[in-house]
Amino acid sequence: MSPEFIQTLLLTAKLAMSTTLILFIIGLPIAALLAFTRFRLKVIFEALINMPMVLPPTVIGYYLLVAFSPQHAFGGFLERWLDLRLAFTFQGVLIASVIFSLPFMVQPLQNGFVALPKSYREAAYTLGKSKMETFFRVLVPNIKPSIVTAIAMTFAHSIGEFGIVLMVGGNMPGETRVASIAIYDEVQSLNYSTANHYSLVLFAVSFVLLVIIYSVNRHFRI
Amino acid sequence: MIYIDVERKMLTTDGPRKLEVCVEIEKRELVCLFGKSGAGKTTLLRMLCGLFVPDKGVIRIGDKTVFDSSKKINIPPQKRNVGYMFQDYALFPNMNVEENIRFAQDVKNLDEVESLLRTFQLEKLRHQKTTRLSGGQKQRVALARAFARKPEVMLLDEPLSSVDFELRQSLQNEIIKSHNLFNATTVMVSHDKDEIHRLATKVLRIGKEKITTFENPTNL
Repeated sequence: MSPEFIQTLLLTAKLAMSTTLILFIIGLPIAALLAFTRFRLKVIFEALINMPMVLPPTVIGYYLLVAFSPQHAFGGFLERWLDLRLAFTFQGVLIASVIFSLPFMVQPLQNGFVALPKSYREAAYTLGKSKMETFFRVLVPNIKPSIVTAIAMTFAHSIGEFGIVLMVGGNMPGETRVASIAIYDEVQSLNYSTANHYSLVLFAVSFVLLVIIYSVNRHFRI
Repeated sequence: MIYIDVERKMLTTDGPRKLEVCVEIEKRELVCLFGKSGAGKTTLLRMLCGLFVPDKGVIRIGDKTVFDSSKKINIPPQKRNVGYMFQDYALFPNMNVEENIRFAQDVKNLDEVESLLRTFQLEKLRHQKTTRLSGGQKQRVALARAFARKPEVMLLDEPLSSVDFELRQSLQNEIIKSHNLFNATTVMVSHDKDEIHRLATKVLRIGKEKITTFENPTNL
């Protein structure tokens, strides 16, 4: 195995793990907000979060690329005030990946919260527990299968992401070249053997993740 | 003592109506709420513990005003010291029997947990996950958990609706026993006249009119 192969796989794992961790931290409160509260613009908020499910990745990639460009307001602000460039960098790809995988984290968590009996929350309140304590000690521990599903789906989705990474990050070895892009690149260069190695790794990882999801859900059903 | 003088609009299958209650419940009474489905029995319990907000009125528990619409007082359920046993028991599946009881304590006290486990005959089940318990065992855990906070008032929402006849009798004994043991004022929803005869010291019939007087359980 060439150092470039290892480097690409490590970068892919780094992107998927960072995306999953960030999304778990921001996904839990968003999912709870959508599951337990009612507010006027909830439908709009819900639609925005789920947009990546229906939009072509290139559309979001295009808008992010434009936004990150130093010629535009947001990108210019980042470069002038924070000396930060997001287009064609790992950080830029990470932000794009977080936005694009958001529904894969939020939806399973939201479904988990909605499926919990309302009486769990109410019982914890009548037992003197605050909303925060109820959330972390009663609600979150009782949606374990949803958490496993959300984490595995987000990780698998981040590993396989192609269009948005290519748009925002390009194909820079060690910086933005992840496995899915490497497969495309190797096939373009007629290196079918290397493309096959990348593909096998992605296939195996995705398969293992799905087996984990199904076995965990089966365990909790019994 | 509980003083309750409240009203709240409700949506029922017969259309919108108003639940109006004005009564005073003496300390250590065991009051049964009796009436048709949708009459407002659970609504009244939920207003007492703070899970529902009345449209207007006053609720006092002991010397403490927990709700007063004119003074904009509405103490949240966490601070009312009112125990509530839910129809589905609402035991937390991520905790075992002992952990469910310990969770309810504001200050950890293992001796009291032991005493509750003994009182409700749960010592052998302490490490059991609550999802594996029978209906009767679940009810005992729910009672023990609710009493772990030493509530002044205990509210029981149809606690025996999902258990069979034989078990029902022994669970009625548990309710009487814990009511006497913990010196609580108990308000309980029930549809069963025999049960009310056995348990209640007073009955509140929840109907369409304003509720202001108690009935004797034997008059039902």
